[in-house]
Amino acid sequence: MSGHGQAQRQLQRFAPSRARQRSDRLARGFILAATVIALIPLVLILYYLLSKGLSSWSPSFFTTDPTGNTFFAKASIGGIKSAILGTIEIVALASAISIPAGIGVAVWLVEYGGERLAAHLVRFFVDVLTGVPSIVFGLFIYIALIVGTGSSYAGYKGSLALSLLMLPVVIRSAEVVLQLVPGALREAALALGAPRWRVIFSVVLPTALPGMVTGVLLAIARAAGETAPLLFTAAATFKTDFNLGQFMNSLPVQIYNDVTSPTTSVVNRAWGAALTLVTMILILNLLARLVSRRSRLA
Amino acid sequence: MSTDGPAATAVPHNDPMELEHHTADETHPATDAPATAQPQRPAHQGHSVRLEGLRAFYGEAEQVRGISLEFPANQVTAIIGPSGCGKSTMIRCVNRMHEEIPGAHAKGKVLLDDVDLYDPAVDVVAVRRAIGMVFQKPNPFPTMSIFDNVAAGLRLTSRRRENLSHKVESALRSASLWDEVKDRLSSPGAGLSGGQQQRLCIARSLAVDPEVLLMDEPCSALDPIATLKIEELIDQLKQRVTIVIVTHNMQQAARVADRTAFMLSGALVEVGPTQEIFTTPGDLRTEEYVTGKFG
Repeated sequence: MSGHGQAQRQLQRFAPSRARQRSDRLARGFILAATVIALIPLVLILYYLLSKGLSSWSPSFFTTDPTGNTFFAKASIGGIKSAILGTIEIVALASAISIPAGIGVAVWLVEYGGERLAAHLVRFFVDVLTGVPSIVFGLFIYIALIVGTGSSYAGYKGSLALSLLMLPVVIRSAEVVLQLVPGALREAALALGAPRWRVIFSVVLPTALPGMVTGVLLAIARAAGETAPLLFTAAATFKTDFNLGQFMNSLPVQIYNDVTSPTTSVVNRAWGAALTLVTMILILNLLARLVSRRSRLA
Repeated sequence: MSTDGPAATAVPHNDPMELEHHTADETHPATDAPATAQPQRPAHQGHSVRLEGLRAFYGEAEQVRGISLEFPANQVTAIIGPSGCGKSTMIRCVNRMHEEIPGAHAKGKVLLDDVDLYDPAVDVVAVRRAIGMVFQKPNPFPTMSIFDNVAAGLRLTSRRRENLSHKVESALRSASLWDEVKDRLSSPGAGLSGGQQQRLCIARSLAVDPEVLLMDEPCSALDPIATLKIEELIDQLKQRVTIVIVTHNMQQAARVADRTAFMLSGALVEVGPTQEIFTTPGDLRTEEYVTGKFG
């Protein structure tokens, strides 16, 4: 029995003190409160999107172009087909420009630039570019390609503005992943007598691929939701057009135009379009997660 | 430094086979025998490496301080010495991998047979095709299958690709790995055990038919049984390549090496037949090191 009592006394040496229990509870409470505060707007946004947007979803909502008829309550206002296809087209071209270029810059930074002054300069400018407000990219394309050339709005000009926006995101995310590729793999390939470009294409890039896909998809998701760079580059239109040289509709611009309309049904269409955009980006994010889960580097 | 591009065309000995033809009284110049040849080829005229006043730097710091040393053809030379004495740096100078480290460079001569590998006319890529390397930690390519890992050297160097599967099999047999992996050649190389991965890396190096094989502590990450297998392998491989092995394990040096070199603080203290180095070393420091008094 005395042995048991001694064990009890020994245990008390390790018991947590009152003061620490109190500060522990306080810290936990604070973190919980912060989490809840951060979640409230998120939940509200999703709630409003679903409650207002879902009601305007219907098969014809996705298969018809907006009619432009917003004043006569009886007439159909149309759907968002041209906006969905326009967003896909504009973002596809922007991706086709910014992804190869961005990955190229990242490869140069990691494989050749190293600690050179030029590499530091590039990194600095990429960081600056990351912080540039999206409307400035739109303004730049507007001044350079629309005012400067005296020509009109066009889908590809919107793509160019978006590609400028995506470029720093692609570069930075690809650079981080390329740096994760173990140096031992590069050494192994170099020691086999492979020229550096073969090492990059056959060993470094395949190893980094899953991680780069994640970064690229996030850049696409970001570009797909941008309104400002498209407002005065691709403009807005009603009809579906597969010619990127023409005016082109897009989801963010459609939302922007619809939500300022005095007609309730048109405002509701904005909610439906917003829900569509969020769903498209959600699908893209899920894809990114799926790919990164299979990443061997993660 | 350019490792590719136009420099490659300006190289006198771009093809390692060509180097071979320059050696004296070569009786069988056709070393690229039919692919059906047994992996255990008859010993042909081997290739020796000679260092002359080799110095290696990391930035300003001199890590290898003027080493002159010969690695005789078809022999195993072990490099021993305490940690940080410059063993690894030295052998990384032999296939010019040292200069891949930012700020690192080397001075002096490394002669493969009679060609100075540091001659400005020499393409560094061609050097590495002739001198293979096995690293401390097994480093198979994680995105590639077992087969592709072995074939990687042939594919990455854009050589003739006929009989790829024959060459892969032959290399895997030479690395004593064939029987263990022949049924799962398409599974990932990274799924093998550590010892198997290291033999896979050896097979990968052998597939490009190097003249010299550098091994930088190849067993330090392996268990004793895997180590034994690699040591047996080294004994077989010296028939066809000249081997330089850096090791921390003096028993290993005693077991596998024909000659042993002892290094200290970036300098060569002593080199000689392994038996002599371990029993009757000429230098007191060597004796103290091999008997475990320091290091």
